[in-house]
Amino acid sequence: MEKLIVSPSPHVRSGMTTQKIMLNVIIALCPAVIASGIIFGLRALFLILVCAATSLVWETLFNMITKKPNTIGDLSAVVTGILLAFNLPPTLPFWMAAIGTFVAIVIVKCLFGGLGQNFANPAIVGRIVLALSFTGAMTNWTLPQAFQITDAVTSATPLATQNEDYLDLFLGMTGGCLGETCALALILGGIYLVIRRIISPATPLFFLLTVGLFSFIVGADPLYQILSGGVLLGAIFMATDYVTTPITFWGKVIFGIGCGIITCVIRFYASMAEGVSFSILIMNILTPYIDMITKAKPVGALKSKNRRD
Amino acid sequence: MSLNCIRIPHKKNTENFETIRYPVPDTVSIPMSQHMGVHCEPLVSVGDEVKVGQKIGDSEAFMSMPVHSSVSGKVVAIDDYLSSNGRKCKCIKIECDGKQTVSEDIKPPVITDKASLIKAVRESGCCGLGGAGFPTHIKLNFDENKTPIDSLVINAAECEPYITSDYREMIENPNDVINGIKTIQNILKIEKVYICIENNKPKAIELLSSMTASDASINVISLSSLYPQGAEKVIAYNATKRTVKEGELPSHQGIIVINVSTVAFLNRYFKTGMPLTWRRITIDGDAVKSPCNVKVPIGISIAELLKFAGCEESKTRKVLTGGPMMGMCIYDLNTPVIKTNNAILALKKDKKEVQTNCIRCGRCINACPAGLMPTELEKAYQQKDADRLKELKVNLCMNCGSCSYVCPAKRNLAETNQLAKMFVSENN
Repeated sequence: MEKLIVSPSPHVRSGMTTQKIMLNVIIALCPAVIASGIIFGLRALFLILVCAATSLVWETLFNMITKKPNTIGDLSAVVTGILLAFNLPPTLPFWMAAIGTFVAIVIVKCLFGGLGQNFANPAIVGRIVLALSFTGAMTNWTLPQAFQITDAVTSATPLATQNEDYLDLFLGMTGGCLGETCALALILGGIYLVIRRIISPATPLFFLLTVGLFSFIVGADPLYQILSGGVLLGAIFMATDYVTTPITFWGKVIFGIGCGIITCVIRFYASMAEGVSFSILIMNILTPYIDMITKAKPVGALKSKNRRD
Repeated sequence: MSLNCIRIPHKKNTENFETIRYPVPDTVSIPMSQHMGVHCEPLVSVGDEVKVGQKIGDSEAFMSMPVHSSVSGKVVAIDDYLSSNGRKCKCIKIECDGKQTVSEDIKPPVITDKASLIKAVRESGCCGLGGAGFPTHIKLNFDENKTPIDSLVINAAECEPYITSDYREMIENPNDVINGIKTIQNILKIEKVYICIENNKPKAIELLSSMTASDASINVISLSSLYPQGAEKVIAYNATKRTVKEGELPSHQGIIVINVSTVAFLNRYFKTGMPLTWRRITIDGDAVKSPCNVKVPIGISIAELLKFAGCEESKTRKVLTGGPMMGMCIYDLNTPVIKTNNAILALKKDKKEVQTNCIRCGRCINACPAGLMPTELEKAYQQKDADRLKELKVNLCMNCGSCSYVCPAKRNLAETNQLAKMFVSENN
């Protein structure tokens, strides 16, 4: 008989792994991937593929150069790639997309120590960097394929024009980033993630409720504000990223409300048409402070005499 | 409010297997430390004849209780022994004569009041049979002038996977359970008794409910089958809704928590005067062909029991005493069974787990029954920040292992908590 293994308890582990969590997120993103293919055509799918593939390449290269074990097996790079693609207009040149994934994976994630160590959502920062660097290409919205008779026609995002009806918004038959338009697909993915207990519904619900309430108070159409732009994509898939958002329930509530308020403030009072990415980025930065004030309460703990936080 | 807990597979494979009485082995090795507290010194020397129930080890210390021989035979060696939890003590090896002659000292104790009860319980060599091995006579010897005890919680949750030894005790000896409870309740004048059983044992709940139906002071509580329902603070809270605070024992809240097999043993001792010399043990695990419950003399070697249960030695890579969540690995198959062993599990090779960085999913926080933040504790320990560890209350960790169990990144959070506790006590 071989020697017995001696290890500390527990001696059994749950079947849930980081890889499975990421796989579930990828599954939840699938309806929106399919919707983008239907709405914007094959090129949208290619763009998603390019983003996912280049993300894997960047992470592999980074690990090779820094002589670290390759970590692409956890699939988080694929999630980042797809999410970044969802934030891009379908016409964006592939090389620009590759720059976006480089920023997301290498600069935002890997340089901070890899998975779990980044303070900001990689896909959001990737999108913001692209939007500031290639403003023209990043706002080159095409109308959905369903409406196209001849060549792609550029148009404005509905947030800038505000003349779509609810059903079009719900099904995604509008211009916009390739993954953000189809509310139906995004909500389906969100429900899947909640059922599989991958995300807490707290963040998206409080995000959306806050946007609705804020819009109502200032006299804007709440449903329109929720369905248009990147609110649903942000609330369901970006504001629920484990790494860059608060860890406890009440922290998630605060995070959701904060995102909602900042989104509306930017939409209604700033010069930009869209504020979801910046709202999530700002709340990402506030996350350590939110964590600090929403710590779990140990059961039966006596007040500790010592100091500082 | 309810305490955090997790769902784990129950794997109660042996719940319907009646306890088999294991034949007298050729030899037994009885360690002098089988309980929480100070170890005993041997009272016998090599060459002495011993009988069943004869006291062979004792200690003057407060936190200790005697050890008795489980067989009749001859002392052949008294060796140094290193237990699997790293403690050293003497171990008495006895060659059995197979006659099982009972010692003349064995007679039922006379119990009239609290003092005589405590004395008798100490002499019985009884400690908590659920696993922790807290000396029962100390548990019962509370200071009624400080906090009067009004609740006796009988811990029959048996929340660890595989183990069914407490369940079999309830099914096979329900009268011992009930009478043991009544004796303790009457002598210590405890108002309420809560027998807490997880609802994956409906037969036991039904049986004990019907037997106590006429007694309004005894309640059978059906707990949801979640882990760690049987942890002392958790079961005390779920039975009485009282929180046992930091640094307190349940008795500070007027509660005594006793394991169900312990009360059943005490009742047998009150009747016969035979001290703790055998116990029921579940043998299971994926490397065991015929899982079973056996009644074994204390000191029998684990190797012998595993062979009895058809354990495939070539495939066995890990042998545990206790359950898979909190049980301890043994490093030597010849380790003897001690009073606190409720199960022996032989497991095949672990799946290789891929560890990743913490992804801050918060599952450990939602799982922790003590309301701690294991991921923050891990970070504080990595930074060797004793102040932060204290502030995060690492001392409240009961080492239930739930955090490690749920962690998708497969981080060894429970292990880190134990290291962190040691680190804090060293840096005080």
